[in-house]
Amino acid sequence: MSFSHIQELVSLAEERHSSIGDLMLDVEMAASGQCADEILERMSRQLDVMEQAVRKGTTESVVSKTGLTGGDGFRMQTYLNEGRTILPVNALRPLAYALAVSEVNASMGRIVATPTAGAAGILPGVLMYMVDTHGTRRETLVRGLLTAAALGLVIANSASISGAVGGCQAEIGSATAMAAGTLVEMQGGSPRQVAHAVGIALKNSLGLVCDPVGGLVEIPCILRNGLHALTAIAAADMALAGIRSIIPADEVIQVMHHIGQKMPSTLRETGLGGLASTPTGQRLREQVFGR
Amino acid sequence: MKYTSAFDIIGPVMVGPSSSHTAGAVRMGNIARQVLAEPPLCAEFRLMGSFATTYRGHGTDVALLAGVMNLSPEEDGVPVAKQMASDVGLSYSFEEDNLGYFHPNTVRISLLGRQRQVDLVASSIGGGKVEVQELDGLPLKFSGDRPTLLLYHQDAPGFLAKVCRFLDVHGYNIGRLVLERWRRGGNAVALCEVDGKLPPGVLQELRAEIGEVSDLRLVCTNFAELP
Repeated sequence: MSFSHIQELVSLAEERHSSIGDLMLDVEMAASGQCADEILERMSRQLDVMEQAVRKGTTESVVSKTGLTGGDGFRMQTYLNEGRTILPVNALRPLAYALAVSEVNASMGRIVATPTAGAAGILPGVLMYMVDTHGTRRETLVRGLLTAAALGLVIANSASISGAVGGCQAEIGSATAMAAGTLVEMQGGSPRQVAHAVGIALKNSLGLVCDPVGGLVEIPCILRNGLHALTAIAAADMALAGIRSIIPADEVIQVMHHIGQKMPSTLRETGLGGLASTPTGQRLREQVFGR
Repeated sequence: MKYTSAFDIIGPVMVGPSSSHTAGAVRMGNIARQVLAEPPLCAEFRLMGSFATTYRGHGTDVALLAGVMNLSPEEDGVPVAKQMASDVGLSYSFEEDNLGYFHPNTVRISLLGRQRQVDLVASSIGGGKVEVQELDGLPLKFSGDRPTLLLYHQDAPGFLAKVCRFLDVHGYNIGRLVLERWRRGGNAVALCEVDGKLPPGVLQELRAEIGEVSDLRLVCTNFAELP
């Protein structure tokens, strides 16, 4: 058994009076034959890798393999420590953290694909923010990763999490939706509110094309991770405020898939269209790979 | 459903930069290497779609090479796989190609070892998950997520019954079973995905007990599931 509809998750969770994360744990136990503690321990190790990437990219200037990008996680963190920000300092931490992880990724450092490497900054960004500013317990984060997994499974099975198939919306959009729903559940929201957070977050990513300069997971991937970490938190707060996604999450996921299918291949991770095709994008490509 | 585990979504742990173009590429290389079952001397990679246009930037080339040298997606050696290949005398080539109607991230891997050769077409479908499309020209689809037995044999009535009985007696549940053959009574391959680890002793016993089996392989991209 796996998941392919958000509504299915909501109904099952309501029926059993359990969280979506606990539902995922049950399914994982049945499929793997492992006990709850083994699965939570494995998930905890994924969280360790996420945390290491956040800390690395905020405490040192991490530069990509190509040298095109780097140091922004550290730059942002330094700026936050100076305290002269427009938004409250803490509100910007998830952005710094997400940039940090994406930079570690671009340097061929170790990360956890959540759901993909291209979107690997968002979930660690918001989770480590919850630890650092809200004092969220580690146990809650590990369970939150199971919530995120359940939401991601739905999107992967009913649409796509591949930029080459569905554009950036399938990667950054999926990660934003997963993170938003996870935050709602971690903060005690209902399964329905989780679904609304997914719908709200994903709607705001529809149409996002995958147009990396030179085909590299750098420009604009790193910045999109940073900014979408903020979007995920805002979407979670909206859902917790009682705001509904009037188009149900499942329909938003379906339409994301349809939009992806209509995108020309130049805008689906081929490094040919969009930002990759701008004069600067082309120049940078040549700088890295030659003519 | 293609994605079933929480760790398909929260994972893999990998070196960047791309789950499909780097981690998935390592795994496809792993599968080809496990089917070859010996160190390759020569590796040829034919890339299509998004793989063809972006493989240099995503490190798909080093990832595929790392995979055929048995490295896992999270190992530090992945970025320096070309150096490792030249150290062990593995020659390699990367070509862009149109392989037909497959997922945009598809590669044809041809490996040549001292004794054997392998030709497989595989796709990296997102998040590090992969799917073999063809093996040595046969339309054999499998992911390598779970221990997968490839049983090379001579097509004969009752073969699958013997395999099923053997696995049942030894306490293994079959999650998926496929058989493809080149022709009736000719060479054939049976593919069995099983729940649980298969130690080498069991494989030797299987081979000794079922005379039609000419060769067998155990394939799994989840190294923890291998003995």
